[in-house]
Amino acid sequence: MTTVDKPSMGFGRMHRKEDARFIRGRGTYVDDVRLPGMLHGAVLRSPFAHARIVSIDTRAAEAHPKVKAVITGKTLEGLKLAWMPTLSYDTQAVLATDKVRFQGQEVAFVVAEDKYSARDALELIDVEYEPLPAVVDARRALDPDAPVIRDDKENQNGNHIFDWTAGDKAATDAAFARAEVVVKQDVLYPRVHPAPLETCGALADFDKVTGKLTMWCNTQAPHAHRTVYALVAGLPEHKIRVISPDIGGGFGNKVPIYPGYVCAIVGSIVTGKPVKWMEDRSENLMSTGFARDYHMSGEVAATRDGKITAVRVKVIADHGAFNGTAQPTKYPAGFFHVFTGSYDLEAAHCEVTGVYTNKAPGGVAYACSFRITEAAYLIERLVDVLAFDLGMDPAQLRMKNLLRAEQFPYSSPTGWEYDSGDYPRALQLALDMVGYDEIRREQAAVRERWAAGDRSGTLPGVGISFFTEAVGAGPRKHMDILGLGMADGAELRVHPTGKAVLRISVQSQGQGHETTYAQIVAHELGIPPDDIEVVHGDTDQTPFGLGTYGSRSTPVSGAATAVVARKVRERARLVASAMLEVSADDLEWDGAGRWVVRGSTEQGRTIQEIALAAHSSLELPDGVEGHLDATTVYNPPNLTFPFGAYVCVVDVDPGTGQVKVRRFVAVDDCGVRINPTIVEGQVHGGLADGIGMALMQLIAFDEDGNCLGASFMDYLLPTSVECPSWELGETVTPSPHHPIGAKGVGESATVGSPAAVVNAVVDALKPYGVRHADMPLTPAQVWRVIQGSPLRTDLAIT
Amino acid sequence: MTTRITVTVNGEEHTAEVEPRTLLVHFLRDQLGLTGTHWGCDTSNCGVCTVTLDGTPVKSCTVLAVMAHNHSVGTVEGLERDGKLDPVQQGFVECHGLQCGFCTPGMMLTARWLLDNNPDPSETEIREAISGQSCRCTGYENIVRSVQWAARQEVTR
Repeated sequence: MTTVDKPSMGFGRMHRKEDARFIRGRGTYVDDVRLPGMLHGAVLRSPFAHARIVSIDTRAAEAHPKVKAVITGKTLEGLKLAWMPTLSYDTQAVLATDKVRFQGQEVAFVVAEDKYSARDALELIDVEYEPLPAVVDARRALDPDAPVIRDDKENQNGNHIFDWTAGDKAATDAAFARAEVVVKQDVLYPRVHPAPLETCGALADFDKVTGKLTMWCNTQAPHAHRTVYALVAGLPEHKIRVISPDIGGGFGNKVPIYPGYVCAIVGSIVTGKPVKWMEDRSENLMSTGFARDYHMSGEVAATRDGKITAVRVKVIADHGAFNGTAQPTKYPAGFFHVFTGSYDLEAAHCEVTGVYTNKAPGGVAYACSFRITEAAYLIERLVDVLAFDLGMDPAQLRMKNLLRAEQFPYSSPTGWEYDSGDYPRALQLALDMVGYDEIRREQAAVRERWAAGDRSGTLPGVGISFFTEAVGAGPRKHMDILGLGMADGAELRVHPTGKAVLRISVQSQGQGHETTYAQIVAHELGIPPDDIEVVHGDTDQTPFGLGTYGSRSTPVSGAATAVVARKVRERARLVASAMLEVSADDLEWDGAGRWVVRGSTEQGRTIQEIALAAHSSLELPDGVEGHLDATTVYNPPNLTFPFGAYVCVVDVDPGTGQVKVRRFVAVDDCGVRINPTIVEGQVHGGLADGIGMALMQLIAFDEDGNCLGASFMDYLLPTSVECPSWELGETVTPSPHHPIGAKGVGESATVGSPAAVVNAVVDALKPYGVRHADMPLTPAQVWRVIQGSPLRTDLAIT
Repeated sequence: MTTRITVTVNGEEHTAEVEPRTLLVHFLRDQLGLTGTHWGCDTSNCGVCTVTLDGTPVKSCTVLAVMAHNHSVGTVEGLERDGKLDPVQQGFVECHGLQCGFCTPGMMLTARWLLDNNPDPSETEIREAISGQSCRCTGYENIVRSVQWAARQEVTR
């Protein structure tokens, strides 16, 4: 059970402030917002993955008595809104004009008096399509005879989007040339979907009189959305207000701007009424930001005794029909080049080729920390393949190659500077917690029995994953999205009675910002968290910043909060010096909310007393303005590098292919923990993601590009019975450059856990000679693996 | 075409005109304004729309509002009585059983039903009870602990 430090004046366990409304059903999610005269929108979607649009007849829909408007690509063309920019400098159709390029693509938008009528009217729209051959498998996208998907783009002859490399190719090739051992493995990280339980949606309210657009939308990046709307729709930015209310999970699915949002805006402008659009579950799974779809080919060079010297990787990245990935512009493959992981290598190199396919756009989502999920999974799979080939224990092999504490800060072969870490300590703790040697002994006994011919029962397997994350983008010098630098603002105002309001740019989707950011201010100023209101998710009420994704809230906005609180503290010092009639230099902060006279601590003033004085008629020193507030923009000097060691124990039934996760030990180091309860909760959720991805989640397609994972009956989420009771451990290695030593943690477990589960299943199947198996390891896939087919060559396989 | 229905929700009788195809979840949210019940999937898989119908949890996205005619529905808004939180609600706060809060109302209603029928459930029984409902944030661990907390409270009360 969770214990609570009462009442916290800073870091530590405390109940979440936001829970009071959620446990009463009083949260305000976007679909809970109702405005007078509100209309409802629905999107007509393409049934084909690739087809030319011959004609669209909307007359019958327009004649529906409850329909107020029908919008097509033609309508939008007249407004120059048929296409919009993506977050990767590509374009995406808002409503298709020429062709449809994936199944589920937006073709028309109906606005009606109620949502049932809007759906009814979709059935009345007659679209004539001329089907075209579809590109479904990314590995065939660059074939000379592959149909060209993006013939709307000038000079686009094939389906190639980008080539991107990192690391030193010559040095890497040289290390491979002299390597004693080289192992190679093709590894697919299949297409999955974040599937937050609340789907994407918006409520657009355009006021013709004031010219102001108010956009309620469950976006993870309200400020960035506002700027993009200003650029796309030509509305002045100060006349756009994006309100991101309570969000029912995001996981990266709610970063992009979707055509439905733009349609809702157009619908509101056209009808003069507020227009709400909420996608249904199939729309969510078929058309919005998916994740992964990385076809990776990895090689490891090593010595015969298991010292890894180099890693070389080639990737085909499936970006779907429009390149809409949301990541820092400089890095089209995100932070995939952190694939050297947690190991001390001589050299490394990767080549990533991005391609178009006739599938939904996306790729960077689902708690991936900009592709670190793919990177961590690949290297942790490769290390186990090396262990398999060398006949070494995977724990020992990792210990032999992990970076040592004295190597930090560490410059990686692909250009990262890891800020801090003590990796062997974390791995040893995880091994101790799980009782590694004992489980190996148990496993050896089963395998002996197995070899002797008794093949009843299940096979135990142990899987290890060690990951290093890189989270908290910027620095702005290197990182921007659509030219917007990744720095975030914070504003803090202490009112006369000593109560404070903090305004931040990042947006919670369940992370508990209203609690943790109040704790940071409490820690810095000694104001109780209950006396601090955290305002977020409203562009009219908060400073600019890029939003919450890539585990960047605490590394960036958490830092901004600490910095702005320190600014307020320094201002308070000047006010206190006037109150006490002493020099500011003679004051010291007591760490608990008071400026006191050095050497005479009974003489002092609390932050609350100072706040009142700052608003009073007290004469202040020259240059000190009244009131007690400050603003800041935090530009992180580097990313933070949380890490962790995970061990999963499974029992695999070779007769049925069923995998049961028996235990899961997770040791996380995310630096200083502001609220350990919230950190642990985030880790729990990410571990469940790992079970889901490793064992059941897959957005599959047939050869015509039909999506086979378009409902929760086909796209399976882990439930309470597939998840074990998680066993958590922690080490604390503070970030040296973060003001409070914290690192991000929201995505650590999602990044680290899939490899542990897959490694455990592959380990269990060792008696069958299994060296690798592609996810998800459904019973059918485990069966195929046992039969000797470990790779998912057919994207339709479920 | 509409049909007149009378449904008792959280002990209060409501009479309303509905289209026969109206889902119970939409009736509760759109006509009665009880937005604590959420909608998530349309296929009875995710369970965020869970309410009780005559005391038994149902997924209100697969119940028609007309099927609730002359029946009694319980939603999250009815858990708190006379300003006093249900132990299940308190348990979710105590044990951090929620993050984004979207699955929470349904989870709490199922938990309430479980404890009404099995005051001292094992961990396995709790996990089975909520296995028809998804949570994407908590990995279920703290939901289980929240229900255990509530069970302990009620046993000692």
